[in-house]
Amino acid sequence: MNKRDFLKGLILFFPAGGMLGALAGMLEAKEAAPAQTGTAGAAPKPGPKAYDPKSHYYGMGIEIDKCIGCNRCVEACKAENDVLQEPFFFRTWIERYVIKKDGNVVVESISVKSKAPKEASQDDADVLRTFFVPKLCNHCVHPPCVQVCPVGATFSTEDGVVLIDSKRCIGCRYCIQACPYGARYLDPRTKTADKCSFCYHRVRQGLLPACVEVCPTQARIFGDLKSKASRLVRFARLNKIHVLKPSLNTEPKVYYAQLDGEVR
Amino acid sequence: MRMPEQVKRLAVVIAVIIAGALITRFYVIPRSLTSNELHRSSTVQRELAKPVKFAGSEICQGCHETEGIKKNKSFHRNVSCEACHGPAVKHAEDPTAVKPPAPRDRKFCPVCHAYDASRPTGFPQINPSVHNPLKPCIACHNPHDPVPPQTPKACSACHAQIERTKSVSSHALLVCTTCHTVSEQHKRAPRTALPSKPQTREFCAKCHGKDSPQKEPPKIDVTTHGTPYLCWQCHHPHLPEGRG
Amino acid sequence: MSEVLHELLEQITGFIYPNEVEIHWSLLIVVYPYITGLVAGAFILASLVKVFNVKDLQPTYRLALLTALAFLLVAPLPLLLHLGRPELFYEILLTPNVTSAMAMFGFVYAWYLMGVLLLEVWFEYRRDLIVMAGRERGLMRWIHRALSLFSTDTSEAALAFDRKAIRAITIIGIPSAFLLHGYVGFIFGSVKANPWWSSVLMPIVFLMSAIVSGIALVIFLYMMLAAIRKEPVDMRCLDTITSYLFYAVIVDFSLEALDFIHRLYESEESVKILGKLITHKLFMSLFVLQILIGMFIPLGILVVAKWRRLNEDGRKLLYFTAVILIQLGIFSTRWNVVIGGQLFSKSFRGLMAYKLEVMGIEGFLSAMALLALPFVILAVLIRVLPTKRLADEASGAAPS
Repeated sequence: MNKRDFLKGLILFFPAGGMLGALAGMLEAKEAAPAQTGTAGAAPKPGPKAYDPKSHYYGMGIEIDKCIGCNRCVEACKAENDVLQEPFFFRTWIERYVIKKDGNVVVESISVKSKAPKEASQDDADVLRTFFVPKLCNHCVHPPCVQVCPVGATFSTEDGVVLIDSKRCIGCRYCIQACPYGARYLDPRTKTADKCSFCYHRVRQGLLPACVEVCPTQARIFGDLKSKASRLVRFARLNKIHVLKPSLNTEPKVYYAQLDGEVR
Repeated sequence: MRMPEQVKRLAVVIAVIIAGALITRFYVIPRSLTSNELHRSSTVQRELAKPVKFAGSEICQGCHETEGIKKNKSFHRNVSCEACHGPAVKHAEDPTAVKPPAPRDRKFCPVCHAYDASRPTGFPQINPSVHNPLKPCIACHNPHDPVPPQTPKACSACHAQIERTKSVSSHALLVCTTCHTVSEQHKRAPRTALPSKPQTREFCAKCHGKDSPQKEPPKIDVTTHGTPYLCWQCHHPHLPEGRG
Repeated sequence: MSEVLHELLEQITGFIYPNEVEIHWSLLIVVYPYITGLVAGAFILASLVKVFNVKDLQPTYRLALLTALAFLLVAPLPLLLHLGRPELFYEILLTPNVTSAMAMFGFVYAWYLMGVLLLEVWFEYRRDLIVMAGRERGLMRWIHRALSLFSTDTSEAALAFDRKAIRAITIIGIPSAFLLHGYVGFIFGSVKANPWWSSVLMPIVFLMSAIVSGIALVIFLYMMLAAIRKEPVDMRCLDTITSYLFYAVIVDFSLEALDFIHRLYESEESVKILGKLITHKLFMSLFVLQILIGMFIPLGILVVAKWRRLNEDGRKLLYFTAVILIQLGIFSTRWNVVIGGQLFSKSFRGLMAYKLEVMGIEGFLSAMALLALPFVILAVLIRVLPTKRLADEASGAAPS
């Protein structure tokens, strides 16, 4: 075949390919367009009292200076969300930081009761600062877990909560690798990924997440960033706010007040 | 243009495969399997259908008004009922059939109130082994109004870490009120009615100045040493000798 | 499962986030980039013949193609076996999340299998399939006719077209092979949460070590096949191919050294815990297996083999030893990346432990079976598709 014939053939391929592409595009658009007039389980029409996710945006505030490390939040979360009682599946947990005068930092998770001997117990005189830090899923604005999920099983709702579709999750564990905060784990019963959901089932009913509900010192504050009267907005007005690992640009929505620089 | 016959055959196979894939994906496979919106809305429905285990303090106070009113004026006003009584939604639904536990054990209250250096200063902490051992906590402290039987005169009931630090220092025998004036309000609203801190260098000079009548404390020349700062901006008054 | 985790909990040093005690990506996820690396490497070797006209390597061309195909067919298996819900694997093709590298890889794989490898194998073997169909009767005849898509044209013009097509496909195939295995490197390299993985160099290093392992594998198979068939080895081919292997190892080593030096020099926050990681947890697999046994010693062997002007048998022995050590080294490289990246906490304050099971779907035996399977498939492929061009129908002589 000479060059001319080859080029002629090539010219034919473009319209053929274009037609195929257009066909695929049309088919995809037809499928993606939501059904007209509310058939087959599409989103309900917002009535006067119906919940409009766009008008809410949830976040959490944590005051380090108020946390007493009692672990009530951890236990309440496990009770509310049916999390296994084992010491390796936590939707939320508490860390203790002990910063010594010689610069050493000792960290342990007080929510894990392991049989291993603890780090040397604190000798008060050597301690410069010590405090508790509650941790949980940060429900980031740019969640790396949502970005990497191959099947889109984890997603952000419009009201700012990152949820997991456990029916779609294939258990590839990429999201667990991608989370910089260690907030995710694999539920061994369903073999799908699991994590804190901000107790979405409670929040939608106007209740507080279980961890916020039982905290005896109100170290955890839950609120709606879009509301005019919100504990969280007041919290953000009165405190200088930190987030975990800001350099990773995940924009977490769990805001810490009085967070120490040693916390990772 | 003459296309070699093998390419014609190949083109047919490729076209069949591509068309088959497209038709299967967009026609044969139902939308319920592929639509993101449907998947997400059904996930939200499944989340919302999950059972609630903690009822929330408001619900409890709907029936238990007396306890609620008492607790809301007490030091435990921010402690929700279920923090101690556990998840109680079942009780709220059928109060006579299900009763939430009421912890009466001495092991229970120290979960929050046992001394722990990492707990914020000002949070009431005791050492359970020496604080009225063997007596149940509720014998002296009503959990819904946990005022101690004697209002603690010493500050160490709440400021245990400071007390421990100070007790091994050279200031061990100085009571807190030596340097801090405290109003009664501080026991009711500790974070707003704050105790005072000495605001002049002359205050510390009462013991540490060259002219001081006290003989034991180390002496400095208050006019030159460390001006213009206040003494406690460098020296930790609760452990002046420091460690390392 | 929980018993294993309880054990692992006792082996933690320092502080880890509680959920991190479980190592999620196991030995199977070490096997997977190893296999796709072999595919990419074998294909690049084949491309040296068809695109860069290195005629000396012609005897290994078909073997390299079939090797790439055999390993590519097995590549998705470790992934499938590792999934928590393998029965839902189709979702990754049906409803992929376009921001996910893992999802897009499914399509890169499909493209490479269908649009590059199968197409090239078909064009390469079309003539031989027609020749074989002409010679056989019965079932084998129909199989060969079907595989050739019932084509019958063996004219010079048609064969010339086949050769041009192979060239074109290989030209497209080189970036496709880069994409195939570079993508695996990107899947790791784009995880910003993990400083051991997160690196711009990760796809490049993955690709270079893939080329090393692919070339080494084809050398190994070529020598094994010649021994099994009791045929002589083409020494010019072997000497040329080991030269390419030598240069590839040098480049691979340079890239890995660059990554190491760069990390040490920049000394970012994670450098302390990563230092602990490689000295406490990865000492054997990194310094001994990957670097010493996997790179330095084979490099030394290859230098000796080439500069000392040994006889044929001496060279063959040294080459064979070198390629086996290289395979061990590249497998260790994959281990150090995949498992190594999961042995330190994202709090940068602690180290975890990995327990390799013997039995079980993600255990040692399972991984060995997956590594052996492509050889079985290759044996079947070689039966159906001969590694040497068949003689013409009319003349009895094998064409050049």
